[in-house]
Amino acid sequence: MLGLDKKDTTLLLVVIALAMFAPFLLNPFPSGSAMAQFNAGYPDLMQRFVIFGIFAIGFNILFGLTGYLSFGHAAFLGVGSYSAVWMFKLLSMNVVPAILLAMVIAGLFSVLIGFVSLRRSGIYFSILTLAFAQMSFNLAYSVLTPITNGETGLQLTLDDPRVLGQSATDQGGIPVTNFFGIEMRATHTLDVGAWSFDFNAGYYLCAIIMIFAFYISLRIFRSPFGLMLRAVKSNQQRLNYTGLNPKPYTLAAFIISGMYAGLAGGLMASMDPLAGAERMQWTASGEVVLMTILGGAGTLIGPVLGAGFIKYFENIFSKINDNVLHQWFAFLPDGMEDTLVFLVHPFVGKGWHLTLGILFMLVVTFLPGGLVEGGQRLSRLLRRGRKDEDAGPDPEHHPKETPHVAE
Amino acid sequence: MDAILLQILNGLDKGSAYALIALGLTLIFGTLGVVNFAHGALFMLGAFCSVTLSRLLTLSFETIDETKTDFLGNPMKVKTPYVEAWFGPETGAAIIDWAVPLSILFAIPIMISIGFAMERGLIKHFYKRPHADQILVTFGLAIVLQEIIKYFFGANPIPTPAPDVFKGSFDFGVLLGFDPNVIIYPYWRMVYFLFAMIIIGGVFAFLQFTTFGMVVRAGMADRETVGLLGIDIDKRFTMMFGLAAAVAGLAGVMYAPINSPNYHMGMDFLVLSFVVVVVGGMGSLPGAVLAGFLLGILESFASMTWVKSILPGIDQIIIYLVAIIILLTRPRGLMGRKGVMED
Repeated sequence: MLGLDKKDTTLLLVVIALAMFAPFLLNPFPSGSAMAQFNAGYPDLMQRFVIFGIFAIGFNILFGLTGYLSFGHAAFLGVGSYSAVWMFKLLSMNVVPAILLAMVIAGLFSVLIGFVSLRRSGIYFSILTLAFAQMSFNLAYSVLTPITNGETGLQLTLDDPRVLGQSATDQGGIPVTNFFGIEMRATHTLDVGAWSFDFNAGYYLCAIIMIFAFYISLRIFRSPFGLMLRAVKSNQQRLNYTGLNPKPYTLAAFIISGMYAGLAGGLMASMDPLAGAERMQWTASGEVVLMTILGGAGTLIGPVLGAGFIKYFENIFSKINDNVLHQWFAFLPDGMEDTLVFLVHPFVGKGWHLTLGILFMLVVTFLPGGLVEGGQRLSRLLRRGRKDEDAGPDPEHHPKETPHVAE
Repeated sequence: MDAILLQILNGLDKGSAYALIALGLTLIFGTLGVVNFAHGALFMLGAFCSVTLSRLLTLSFETIDETKTDFLGNPMKVKTPYVEAWFGPETGAAIIDWAVPLSILFAIPIMISIGFAMERGLIKHFYKRPHADQILVTFGLAIVLQEIIKYFFGANPIPTPAPDVFKGSFDFGVLLGFDPNVIIYPYWRMVYFLFAMIIIGGVFAFLQFTTFGMVVRAGMADRETVGLLGIDIDKRFTMMFGLAAAVAGLAGVMYAPINSPNYHMGMDFLVLSFVVVVVGGMGSLPGAVLAGFLLGILESFASMTWVKSILPGIDQIIIYLVAIIILLTRPRGLMGRKGVMED
């Protein structure tokens, strides 16, 4: 189907199903029950899942395939957000032109930055992209204030021109973003027994775009172009010796992933029409790196999983406070309960980043393939336990070590 | 002329911090071949060493002073730091006042042991992994260290004053025949600069004039041959990691009065220090120091009003701009050695 083999079709269908039924899947606990705080099925969070999923899918096309570690991808996301908000201010509240402009501008930016940065590789490439991103961040904060509105962030106001729309609604409010009349914030709540499920128009728009983005990345992974990118990763020198110039390929990958980031930025602004410089800071770039690695760089589904994982736990973990902990451990004797709460306390709530950092270190150290590799290992282990046969290491992820005489 | 001199002076203290951090980064990179993204966190830990010590020194007990009363007429509680009780009020107050310089002694063993623990516990396992993995794991470590500090000290900057003697500014211009109050320079920044020079000189002297340093330099040039000569180079490199951590920590200790320490100060400095290392040339110690001061001074020149009026925003981006130009025109950096990380 759609030029995919059977395995990939299944993967795509799984992603489609996950995205479409997310409002059900993420709300497994009845609202009002003690476990309801683990529900993640509210529109704002679901939108973030898919938007960061798109961002990570795009980052993975660059990092997963070519091995070029960019530490400045958030710049494209920020640029995308700014251009989308400008489109809302000047043209209309329809999200389509905003998202398109966000992609185009982010694409242009990545042509510029990619062309310069890709002249070097390895750590120099990382530092060049980092330098460019920090430059954009600093400029957005200071001199470019007329365009970016500096520290306050770019927001919609009542006196925006909006050529193809109205500056203000009849009630005198700022109009909301829409997709040909469907308001992005429109939410339909379905109550089934004790459960309640939210269906949000904005989420479904993002989800459909993410499925599309996932499909494109799937095709890129399976295309000759994708193979070339993998060749760049495994041995660029050999590629040069065969008379091929890798630059156009890496640049194309850089631009594609920049446009994915711009798309994510545009969607972010479409869901909530404001844009701030902090989206471009290098810690934001670090976040997408974390997502991709945690999920599994170079795998198809990994980045989406990583994005979902980080965003889910960021929201849920940061909500857990001491009261919740006391509830959990209430069955224990008092002294033990207090000790456990004391021990767990630094890792939850505000301390979520600590957990994330530790988790990330563990993943990089022991599980370089991320969650996907973890899943593969687990399933291999289970299979071995059942059939008692050695499946052998996956040839794709563990290339044979070349014998060497001296280190 | 006076304006130029003032900017050079202003650039020196920031430049010293850059140079010290970059020196440590280069030491680690040159010896162990590891790109350490947690180096900024070490700088931050150093700054919090001085916060910790000044808190420890001001630990106090309360006594009730019957002679004084507060506004309600109750006897007033007086806090007396233990240090003042033990050493007498004057010596005690002086010790508290000198908390930041004293932290140097406090920080050295702590930072060296942190460095050892980091190298033995984590970095050791990453020598043969790609640079990207090293960047990632040390980035994770930096987040962890940062969050631990945030947990114990909170998110707000903690003012850590310098000793009273160094408060105020020195009128530098008078010495050189300018009008008074034209070129004034805070005493503590002068101290910081001198301190940085001493540390840098010390590190270079250590590498240049001791047998240990000679072996380390030999190991930096050709690790394999040194190993074949029967020298346990790994052990020495571990020590160099400890030294590098101590240098970063000391840079942080003394920087605390200039900029109140907060938990993310390390990250802010890290990005710039990496740029400094790259500009100076990966693996070149003199290059790191030179580039540190150069970029510090350039940055302060770029923040002059008339420069900003010609090129708005230049002060924000000058360092990155220089780095980009250098990386593209001189791939080896200012003083990079041939064959080190060239690609």
